[in-house]
Amino acid sequence: MSEPGGSPHPYIPNTASDRALILERLELASAGALFADLPEAYRDPHIELPPALTEPDLLRLVRQQAGKNRDGGDRPSFLGAGAYRRSVPSIVPYLVTRSEFMTAYTPYQPEISQGTLQTAFEYQSVVCELTGLDVSNTGLYDGASATAEACLLAARVTGRSAVALLEPVHPGILEVVRTYAYGANVRVDAVRDASEVSAEHACLVVQQPDFLGTIVDVERVAEAAHAAGALCVVNADPFALGMLRAPGDAGADVVTGEGRDLAGGLQFGGPSLGLFAARNEYLRQFPGRIVGRTRELHGPRDGGGHEQAPRTGYVLTLQAREQFIRRERATSNVSTAQALIALAFTIAVQALGPRGLREAAELCYQRAHEAARRIEALPAFEVPSSGPWFQEFLVRGPMRAPELHRRLAERGIAAGLDVSQRDEPEARDALLFCVTEATPPEHVDALIDALREIGDTL
Amino acid sequence: MDIRDGLRYTHEHEWIRLEADEGVIGISDYAQEELGDVVYVALPNLGTRLVAGQRFGEIESVKTVSELFAPATGEVTAVNEALEEHPELVNESPFDDGWLVTIVLTDPTELESLLDAAAYRAELPAAD
Amino acid sequence: MNGGASEDFGARLSFDRSEPGRRAVDVPRWDGELAAFPDARLLREGVRLPELSQPGLVRYYTALSQRNYGVDSGTYPLGSCTMKYNPKVNEAIAALPGFADAHPLAPAEDVQGTLEVLHGLQRALAAITGMAAVSLAPAAGAQGELAGILMVKRALEQRGELARRRRVLVPDSAHGTNPATAAMAGFEVTQIPSQTDGSMDDDVLARELDDTVAALMVTVPNTLGLWEHGIEDIARQAHEAGALMYGDGANLNAVLGRVRFGDLGFDVVHLNLHKSFSTPHGGGGPGAGPVCCTAELAPYLPAPVVEAREGAFVLARPERSIGQMQQFHGSVGVLLRAYAYIRALGLEGLRAVSENAVLNANYLWRLVREHYDLPYGGPVLHEVVFSGSRQRREHSVRTYDIAKRLIDYGFHPPTVYFPLIVDEALMIEPTETESRESVEALAAALVAIAEEAEAHPELLHEAPVTAPLGRLDETAAARRPVLRWQPAEA
Repeated sequence: MSEPGGSPHPYIPNTASDRALILERLELASAGALFADLPEAYRDPHIELPPALTEPDLLRLVRQQAGKNRDGGDRPSFLGAGAYRRSVPSIVPYLVTRSEFMTAYTPYQPEISQGTLQTAFEYQSVVCELTGLDVSNTGLYDGASATAEACLLAARVTGRSAVALLEPVHPGILEVVRTYAYGANVRVDAVRDASEVSAEHACLVVQQPDFLGTIVDVERVAEAAHAAGALCVVNADPFALGMLRAPGDAGADVVTGEGRDLAGGLQFGGPSLGLFAARNEYLRQFPGRIVGRTRELHGPRDGGGHEQAPRTGYVLTLQAREQFIRRERATSNVSTAQALIALAFTIAVQALGPRGLREAAELCYQRAHEAARRIEALPAFEVPSSGPWFQEFLVRGPMRAPELHRRLAERGIAAGLDVSQRDEPEARDALLFCVTEATPPEHVDALIDALREIGDTL
Repeated sequence: MDIRDGLRYTHEHEWIRLEADEGVIGISDYAQEELGDVVYVALPNLGTRLVAGQRFGEIESVKTVSELFAPATGEVTAVNEALEEHPELVNESPFDDGWLVTIVLTDPTELESLLDAAAYRAELPAAD
Repeated sequence: MNGGASEDFGARLSFDRSEPGRRAVDVPRWDGELAAFPDARLLREGVRLPELSQPGLVRYYTALSQRNYGVDSGTYPLGSCTMKYNPKVNEAIAALPGFADAHPLAPAEDVQGTLEVLHGLQRALAAITGMAAVSLAPAAGAQGELAGILMVKRALEQRGELARRRRVLVPDSAHGTNPATAAMAGFEVTQIPSQTDGSMDDDVLARELDDTVAALMVTVPNTLGLWEHGIEDIARQAHEAGALMYGDGANLNAVLGRVRFGDLGFDVVHLNLHKSFSTPHGGGGPGAGPVCCTAELAPYLPAPVVEAREGAFVLARPERSIGQMQQFHGSVGVLLRAYAYIRALGLEGLRAVSENAVLNANYLWRLVREHYDLPYGGPVLHEVVFSGSRQRREHSVRTYDIAKRLIDYGFHPPTVYFPLIVDEALMIEPTETESRESVEALAAALVAIAEEAEAHPELLHEAPVTAPLGRLDETAAARRPVLRWQPAEA
């Protein structure tokens, strides 16, 4: 621990003599006097915390803890269901961990925050291109809460107090929408068919691809929503949009999505990144921060003192929507967003570029379909997915789904999510498998071997 | 600062001017100066019925937002569409080109309860 | 670095630097059997994205990073934001593959390491706040607030009082997130004015606290850097009136290890781990906003919470949970860092945090107080709120100008124009990770700027002159918004 007289901790610079000097200048006898306003009866309580650890001891502890996780790494895993392993370009973690990006706050002072602001503008541009919509904010917490915010936007602009979500939708998305809707006193209906949307609904939400992996014809959903006077909200996987039609081009009014997977590791599901883009007419109803392009008020002076042309810069803009100005009438209470994840997402998408993103999405599609083909070729297994799908497919084996899951786990393989309790007929007795462009082919081989063995032992 | 005679003012700094049976509504020079650079004005649609003393729109500057209150009751007959492209008109010409809406007054005697220029001037904080 | 000061770097986005045919990464070729693609109407034609080589892309983003200022660059005394140093070992920990690669839907037995850490963090935050139960689910402070107020809503619903208790009381010194959150949860907001010592006006509070109040939302210490006097009595009064006490823990850094929300009578409180617990803010997130509550409110906590059952850790859903806040379990990567921070400091370390944070803020107050107005006096806790009203009145210099001039002195400016109840506010929070001499340097700059305001106000009006860019036209940005890249007109 710290020497007497030294600083109390490596993170805290003031030494005992620094503190003594400051106290003397403050004409205080002890540091305790600084807290004199705190109620005496409750001051300095006993708090049960484990003792402080030095850096090497801390690292030893957490390495042991990390070692208790068996998921990921060399262990074959076919879990997707809203969180997908992607091939993240190595320049992404390298660039985003630059301390000027990482250790900055929200860019309140644009003159010394152009790094954050200009990258946010890049992000907004990328999201608009991917989604086919006019305006993007700088990102929200995650895809599900962004979808909830989209529902609240729809309720505000239509004056309606119910929203509809088209099944099959990820249960986490449905649940987060319900949480936010409870606050806003909005009713949430989970519907089986787009035709169930009515004039009571502010919007119809559809997931692309849907929870069971199927590629949705957004245009038909949007037509149904619009016919009822509702907005069409699409929660889309931005990686799949490398290949799939931009939802905005198919009639979507708001597009949300989850950007975490392309930005970096799964990290047990967070921090995440909620994409949020919409048509221009909803600009004043946007939640969250927006960055705009502008110029200097005055250009820099040259050697002779003459003012040169003003330079281009970026600022937080349209802030009158936000909580720190509008308070209880704000469009949302969002303050902190996910700037660093948005930066990582932007660099990943731009590193892939227009062709790379398409190729990666198509590779994902092909690898997943080949895996499904090999599974279907096994005598006791079928792939009951209906319609075109992207990277996730249903697998039904010769036994109940939990049992198949368990037997694969015994063989060191994390199976797809058990969806056998769902109402959709194709999900009966099925596991939802996911194969992406980042799934090692040898893991697929191991899966096929394991399934064959399980089938053979019947 | 300009406080124009012949108009009626609210405590919330809107003005109204009678032109035939219509009332033209705007915000005062004092109000635009307090707001700073106006960047956006949200106005009601044609045909909307305004009610005296009630909120009918919003005006935004870079760092603040302010509600607009109707000086009188009546139906909106015109909206200043130039403000959509040029919100700065509210700053540059609050009493003329920067008007907001016109209404057909339901009850012109309502205006009598509003402030005249002298009374409005007396309400404003003394200039530095 | 960027082609000299005269280059208009910001005018050229990655899209403008694109050259057809360049690429930064290669995607493996698919040479297996080709599955048929879906119907063309489901597919896109192409997507407009920049084409840059790997070195080109790395140089562009490196140049952008150099146009930013972070805590690692220098003092960042942004009041109410607690911009403390972000320990680097925490980055190494969050990046450990066992943690970083864990899938959120993996069975509990496969992620015991992560669950153990999250459970440890829940316990530590419960101990630090003196509350019975914790959920780590909310993604940031404002989402933690929403979770907490929704818990209040659900608890009142259970009691059959929701129809009557429609109001949330919020002091006028509060962050905008507080009233915005109450409104998002469907409540009406009643603002409580501050009195001259910065605390809530007792008389107004006593008058407003009736059986229509759902909760009182209070930031402790408040945004003026002052203790809310008699908060424990206010909590008692609120409870007598049947209302719940919501605590905004944004300023916890001031009292870490010194006093606990639970002991003071709060029912539910949120914390900002990217403030008090050192996780990097990333230019505006990610953060994490755990919500902590009494045993009575624990059944309403957002899902999931981590529980220890028979020697193993599991994710659980509280009995009457308000539901999930995110699709999965929260900002786990951020939570790992906060856990590592608490383990590195221990109780004595956390007490040293609050002691030095408060010491530094008061030292700054002492060194600067003659030069700026101080409407709510001192001494203070973690931050001090000066007013630039004297400079505005006497020298036509605004707080905005003072902030911009600080950039020329090499500092990040403080929070300005907040709290709203202070005219021309300059809200300064040095934090404990600044040294005595860096506090002195910041104070010297503030004093020098006050003197410049008298003698050479033009230096302030023209500031900054040393930054990558001068002042930007925020009005033009808002009047005619340009919010995305568009190809140049052909």
